[in-house]
Amino acid sequence: MKIIYGICGVFFGIVLTKSEVISWFRIEKMFRFDEAHMYLTIGSAVVVGAISVWLLKKVQQKSPSAIQFNFAGKTETKGFVYGGFLFGIGWAITGACPGPIFSQIGAGEWPALFTFLGAVLGALFFSAVRDKLPQ
Amino acid sequence: MSDIILDSWEWYIAGPLLGAFVPILLLLGNKQFGISSSLLHFCSLILPENSKKILRYDPHENAWKLYFVIGIAIGAFIAVNFLSSDQIAFLPEKYYEFQGLIHLFAGGFLIGFGTRYADGCTSGHSIMGLSLLHWPSLKATLAFFAGGLTYTYLVLFFF
Repeated sequence: MKIIYGICGVFFGIVLTKSEVISWFRIEKMFRFDEAHMYLTIGSAVVVGAISVWLLKKVQQKSPSAIQFNFAGKTETKGFVYGGFLFGIGWAITGACPGPIFSQIGAGEWPALFTFLGAVLGALFFSAVRDKLPQ
Repeated sequence: MSDIILDSWEWYIAGPLLGAFVPILLLLGNKQFGISSSLLHFCSLILPENSKKILRYDPHENAWKLYFVIGIAIGAFIAVNFLSSDQIAFLPEKYYEFQGLIHLFAGGFLIGFGTRYADGCTSGHSIMGLSLLHWPSLKATLAFFAGGLTYTYLVLFFF
């Protein structure tokens, strides 16, 4: 059944690539405020996501025993800001957030394999030093 | 001639399609949309059995994420080879040189470290978290932009 998530990923990858949100050039234009494309894309994604969640909550209220959707928010730590800031730097350098790393590779941009390697080792390093970081 | 599929997709097509993955994943398997945690799956593949526990990650529970990201790469391959009329570059030329690869590696390291420390990325916080109106995710999103803006303007200033 997990293959269904693979199929979802294929569609997601097509949208990421065709909208060029995986493009280093688009990311640079976003951070330089040269182009609204990224802001409008992420913004409209959030609007659709938020409306969907609102609708699903309505459905859940109507038939509470039938469905319990996972609406739990993440537990906040200092890492939201510290880690978020570091990720932002990485995003500006590579033109990729985690999803687009995989689409850049799939699109044939082989240097993104180095981004991927760095990201896996960065996540591993975080796991090793987690307890020493402010939480 | 413009072509709705073969040209690059406008935000009002792409944004709503990306946002649709929030309800799709909730309805399919009650999953919260999020990609950066998939990096831990690759970590668990390279770590020896007795040190996997430092990841605090259950590869069985989260195996769907591995399928999802492999799907993303396949989708991108399909997009550039079958759904595009022009070949477009996603990375600048400079990243094809040795120094560029080092930059990408360093940037990737910050992505991996930063997203795990922040417990989410653009998908988990900026799309999923904000869709839930979970305000700590807004803080994280603003921190992503603060980091990106700081780097971009430092580079503009010094180079």
